Amino acid sequence: MSAARSRGRVRGHVGYAVLALVPVAVVSVFFVLPVGAMLHRGLWPEGSFDPGAVLDVLRRPRTGRVVWFTLWTSTVATTVAVLLGLPAAYVLHRLRFPGRSVVRAALLVPFVLPTVVVGLAVRELIAPSGVLGFLDLDGTAVAIIIGLVFFNVSVVIRTVGVAWESLDRRPAEAAAALGATPWQVFRTVTLPALRPAVVSAASVVFLFCATAFGVVLVLGGVRYASVETEIYLLTADLLDLPAAAALSLVQMLAVVCLLVVVGRLRAVPDPTVRRVVAPAARPRWRDTPAVVVTLMTLAAVALPILALVVGSLRRDGGWSLDHYRALGGSADGLFEVPVSDALAASLRIAVDATWLSLSLGLVVAFVVTRRVRSLVGRRVRAVLDGFFMLPLGVSAVTLGFGFLIALDQPPLDLRASPMLVPIAQALVALPIVVRLLVPVLAGIDDRQRQAAASLGAGPVRTLLTVDLAVVWRPLLAAAGFAFAVSLGEFGATSFIVRPSEPTLPVVIYRLLGHPGALNHGTALAASVVLASVTAAVILVVERLRVPGTGAW
Amino acid sequence: MRVRMLTTITGLTAATLLAGGCSLLGQEGDGGSGVEDDKVTLVTHESFALPEELVEQFEDETGYQLTISKLTDAGALTNQLVLTKDNPVGDVVFGIDNTFATRAVEEGVFDAYAPELPAGAEQHELPGDDGDALTPVDTGAVCVNVDRAWFRKNGVAEPRTLDDLAKPAYEDLFVVPAASTSSPGLAFLLATIARYGDDWTGYWQDLVANGAKVVKGWTEAYYEDFTFSGGDRPIVVSYDSSPAFTVDEAGQRTSTRALLDGCFRQVEYAGVLKGEDTNTEAARAVVDWLLSPEVQAALPTSMYVFPVAEDVDLPADWARFTRQPESAEQVDPAEVAAQRQAWLEAWTEIVSR
Repeated sequence: MSAARSRGRVRGHVGYAVLALVPVAVVSVFFVLPVGAMLHRGLWPEGSFDPGAVLDVLRRPRTGRVVWFTLWTSTVATTVAVLLGLPAAYVLHRLRFPGRSVVRAALLVPFVLPTVVVGLAVRELIAPSGVLGFLDLDGTAVAIIIGLVFFNVSVVIRTVGVAWESLDRRPAEAAAALGATPWQVFRTVTLPALRPAVVSAASVVFLFCATAFGVVLVLGGVRYASVETEIYLLTADLLDLPAAAALSLVQMLAVVCLLVVVGRLRAVPDPTVRRVVAPAARPRWRDTPAVVVTLMTLAAVALPILALVVGSLRRDGGWSLDHYRALGGSADGLFEVPVSDALAASLRIAVDATWLSLSLGLVVAFVVTRRVRSLVGRRVRAVLDGFFMLPLGVSAVTLGFGFLIALDQPPLDLRASPMLVPIAQALVALPIVVRLLVPVLAGIDDRQRQAAASLGAGPVRTLLTVDLAVVWRPLLAAAGFAFAVSLGEFGATSFIVRPSEPTLPVVIYRLLGHPGALNHGTALAASVVLASVTAAVILVVERLRVPGTGAW
Repeated sequence: MRVRMLTTITGLTAATLLAGGCSLLGQEGDGGSGVEDDKVTLVTHESFALPEELVEQFEDETGYQLTISKLTDAGALTNQLVLTKDNPVGDVVFGIDNTFATRAVEEGVFDAYAPELPAGAEQHELPGDDGDALTPVDTGAVCVNVDRAWFRKNGVAEPRTLDDLAKPAYEDLFVVPAASTSSPGLAFLLATIARYGDDWTGYWQDLVANGAKVVKGWTEAYYEDFTFSGGDRPIVVSYDSSPAFTVDEAGQRTSTRALLDGCFRQVEYAGVLKGEDTNTEAARAVVDWLLSPEVQAALPTSMYVFPVAEDVDLPADWARFTRQPESAEQVDPAEVAAQRQAWLEAWTEIVSR
């Protein structure tokens, strides 16, 4: 080995480390620091370490009930989402029929809808005056589960569908040729092959359910609380910081464990093997049950949205656009600005959050997909990979409050900065951006880069011609997702948003707290507008046809 | 293929335009706390409302530019002030009530200020506030309200006392805002604690067993569940002033009544916030303004509360249709500060079981 080559390697390592430091620093300052500050306040209440108070909290009967409620509702919701999602994944990814792409896109929308809007839509449906009012579900745990399923069924469809699409057909055909019934084929061949994708989807859905905030806040009433809403109650209303810190810690530990499991189980396609997408087949009679379930799922997803739209157009028993007109007002001085300004603010904030999370996510994805030969290097890479997933598992409420108390000292007095909200939202969106980019970057055959280099291209030129050529489309898709996530973010934003510049989800939630037919209707109208913008963004993303978009 | 190219290009262009035109970068942060001398920020809860003319008058007379920052409800407001103490999000606060005040005073959130109080206001000063941290601005009693029209129509006798609410005759008729998330809810809890002493848990168990409905906030209870607003429960926790807002079209009679048994008196305070960047002069001017006869007179119609100043005329409906309780249940603010957490924990246990 020549000295020059080894020098080049060292330089490469240093460059890699420097590059890795950028996102690590950002996440440390804007995530670890605020969350740490909150935990510090809770664990060192009077300046001295007091874990006894934390243990006390964990022994409270209410804590037990909250944890148990979170676990069982998440489990039920995950199970239902998987049961509904599997047939739909098959129909939408293995069958060919007109309008397939539209249906696919439509089923992706709930996942990016703002949680507050989902909560409101479900409530509109099951309220005593709603279509399903006769079921008397308002304020029950069933309502929360409906909200969670509505939200997450698309994750299952996507993740499993993408795996199903590229499943080798030959084993199934062989089994069928040997006389297996379709059900036997499914049970013995297809299902085992899909298992990694199903488990991966289920664990992520469970994670989303267990950390859901807006849905439970809107639908839970006083009686039902999940860990996340309980942290909110303890922090904002009771100022019981030791209790909030204790619950945050429990949640964080649980999520880290879950992430480790997901990481182990996640179906990572071998990047060097080109994936063959099986041609979709024409629907046959035996597909009827799957098609029926898919139609039911579609209806179930459409129903709350329809209820929302209809509700926004009804006033005093007639049809009217009054609620949309009210968007130009400030709800009798409840806000400092008209509701329409909140939409503009949401869009501006989302733009900033998008480019922040994209640039961060790109660097992270680049770093964690580099070929590393040493064992230590691989370990470091794995830890980094997990580190950037952390925002998924930490209560957005803790993050928001942490921003308020940790970022108030120069040089980091950002509380009055207009960038505070975009930064918080970018961190929430970061894991999704990283998850979208990593498989693509990992899938680039390193030999292409080597070939480019041997043809005389410098590192930058290589990056542009090899990496960028492949990554630009997923990058756009990631931009769409980050934008949508930012538009709907509520947990962290509700704490740090400037009263003079509220975002639309915050406005919707506050309108809901001020009953009166017009306020309620205005909240519905604002939700419809917000949902339409988000859906439009996701439809554009869908047009990009990035394989595996939205899969985990 | 061409269509897809077109979509992509359109998308890209739109994204670029958005990013260029809408970014917040380059915008001036407007500084949450008043660094400049002529700006002052009043932090308050979201029920705050005063006529626009009064705000303009304040700005004209003092030369300060007043920003009103409505955060959340009274409890969360106090907690946020405690969490952000030493570097508050404004210069002056209005809307901290006597159930939360002691905690904030103990944490040293306020700068001392003792303005000249209007006649009648002294009796509402916060007990134990020896450092002049807070100034009383308005008061009101949290009382159980009943929809008289409903009781007349259904031939049921109206409840008269707190004890009545736990009786079978009033099963499933009572709605109450949660003590953990609403300040009138907490006030009602304190009233029951004052009334029943250590037996208050038993009383609440009886209430829950008798079908009392607990909702998040007063607005939900009064505007959604109360029969007067179209709900199905004719007994609600509200204010002594509420009957002034249920007067019939002829203006002759009111259809609801406040039970004067088991009321809890709430007082709302204003205080100058302690902080390096606080515009103390302007903050004091805001406190003075809140005590001025004009603002005091506007309080009933704007915020449904009684002014602390005695010599201010009440609106005609108020004088005619509201009665303030002669005596209200009392809990020492220091005891509230010490026990609130334990009480709320016990209360939450009872109502969420």
